[in-house]
Amino acid sequence: MKPDELKSQLEKQKQFKHRLMHKQSQSINPSKQPDVPKGLYKKCDGCGETFSAKKLEKHTQVCPSCGYHFRLKAVDRLRYLVDEHSFKEKGLGYISLDPLFIEGYEQKLEDAKQKSNIDEAYIYGYARIEGMPLVIGVMDSYFMMASMGSVVGEKIAKSAEYAIQKRLPLVMFIASGGARMQEGIFSLMQMAKTSGAIKRLHEEGLLFISVLTHPTTGGVSASHATLADIIIAEPNALIGFAGPRVIKQTIKQDLPEGFQRSEFLEEKGMIDTIVHRHNLRHTLHKLLSMHEVSGV
Amino acid sequence: MDILEKEKKLLKLEEELKSLDDPSAIKQITSQIKDYKQEMMTELNAWDKVLLARHPKRPNAQDVIDHIFEDFIEMKGDRLYSDDRAIIGGVAFYKDRPVTVIAQQKGKTTEDNIHTNFGMPHPEGYRKALRLMRQAEKFKRPIITFIDTPGAFPGIGAEARGQSNAISENLFAMSDMEVPIIAVVLGEGGSGGALAIGVGNHVYMLEHSIYSILSPEGYASILWKDSTLAQKAAEVMKITAPDLKEFNMIEGIIPEPLGGAHHDYKKTFDSIDQTLDQALQSFNNKTAQEIKDQRYNKFRSLGFFQRFNYDNLKGVIS
Repeated sequence: MKPDELKSQLEKQKQFKHRLMHKQSQSINPSKQPDVPKGLYKKCDGCGETFSAKKLEKHTQVCPSCGYHFRLKAVDRLRYLVDEHSFKEKGLGYISLDPLFIEGYEQKLEDAKQKSNIDEAYIYGYARIEGMPLVIGVMDSYFMMASMGSVVGEKIAKSAEYAIQKRLPLVMFIASGGARMQEGIFSLMQMAKTSGAIKRLHEEGLLFISVLTHPTTGGVSASHATLADIIIAEPNALIGFAGPRVIKQTIKQDLPEGFQRSEFLEEKGMIDTIVHRHNLRHTLHKLLSMHEVSGV
Repeated sequence: MDILEKEKKLLKLEEELKSLDDPSAIKQITSQIKDYKQEMMTELNAWDKVLLARHPKRPNAQDVIDHIFEDFIEMKGDRLYSDDRAIIGGVAFYKDRPVTVIAQQKGKTTEDNIHTNFGMPHPEGYRKALRLMRQAEKFKRPIITFIDTPGAFPGIGAEARGQSNAISENLFAMSDMEVPIIAVVLGEGGSGGALAIGVGNHVYMLEHSIYSILSPEGYASILWKDSTLAQKAAEVMKITAPDLKEFNMIEGIIPEPLGGAHHDYKKTFDSIDQTLDQALQSFNNKTAQEIKDQRYNKFRSLGFFQRFNYDNLKGVIS
């Protein structure tokens, strides 16, 4: 790729994204409506029972019968977790480009924006939990499996820097299939970037809590996700470096029951504790109170 | 015809040369060999580079260590679980100055490779590396790492003992080391498993080495659900040394002898040596803070994206 070629491609993409963003800026606010799938009923992957969307919404997308935790969109996570009207998104206007010219990547990005109501797989901002201020970041697995490309890496680093600037604790909800394949080596380098930014946060004496949700794998689990002071996991989340399919192919044997699930990691000493979604707000509030730092 | 088949043809010519007595015929074949070597190396595509980077005869980390450093003393074990043979490390003299060397080790025979797990480290390998890096920092020795791995090992034990955590802890610690870290990609630089010893102040790649987010086979199977498209993936992924140089991810490319590193070990070691020497010298008068900042700022700036008109955006409000 020659520099001028790159430049013209960049220009083209810039215009393309510009149009996209203008179209988007009206629809970027999450609807006040709950996240209802196409049908009004949703089947639980855990026990197979079917529930009305309304009932699931009441149970914060946890199966009322077996406790299975459905995946959450970032906007719903915020809705369930932080004080009403307290979240203010920061770090807006980042646009993912297509450095390797992968066919279909631009379209995928656009589809993901529609599907998740956010403009990249990670959003962060200022919020309060039971009145306690914090910087909160959420990775959204509805956005290309929350894979980490340049923008996600940059925004994660920015969220750590924002926490440093405001002297606030950082709570990050992790979900990711790993690195954003379409951005190749650029995605890989984000691991070093986010880890470095988290290091600086620790140097400043600030609290960093990561909450691992289903699934947390690949490059994300091997960088900022596991560098927290306190690592919490939601029940039965898949957490690991290599995906189970890859491991199975490599070692050519079946994997043990419950392998790479939250409970397995807890037993192996890799996480601090497993917290049910219904108790998360309470637990986080308690933890924040125990690490109180002066606010803005 | 890929590079390995071309090499076979070259080998045939060389065999032929040995059987000849007639001086004019010898002369003719010799020049033919030279021309052919030249030709086969000028039309390398990305897949050829993958094959060269994985070439069984390519010099491995131990070869490089033996020839470039003096008095290498290996330090084993992570003091927690075991000694991982996929990563070797220790102290040595480099131009009369002590350095810490950490390297991913591949074997040349199947037996060797089973011993070194094909250069795929377990968590204990990364924890050993971290232990040696902390030691280097304490005694203010520069750290030199050699990368040559298909990736961190995906296995039950590796996961149970925290592969993710082992890698992230290295990225974390390396971002803040007070001594210079020079990383050299010898063959394959595969994913987070490579980066876990690759957060260097300076990063170099041998001319025919590769550095990628995933193996081309894995990439093809994830993106196109077909691992046989690996050759296409290798092209698309931009994994060669010139690609990474263009992206500003590495400081330089270390030239290899004609035909690739395995054609002339001595020449390869000499050019690695030259690059290392220059790289280390550039940190001679730097303070610990400058060294830390240079490395941090470099990795902080890596990425390919845009940001614009964010003043008008409201974002998510909940």
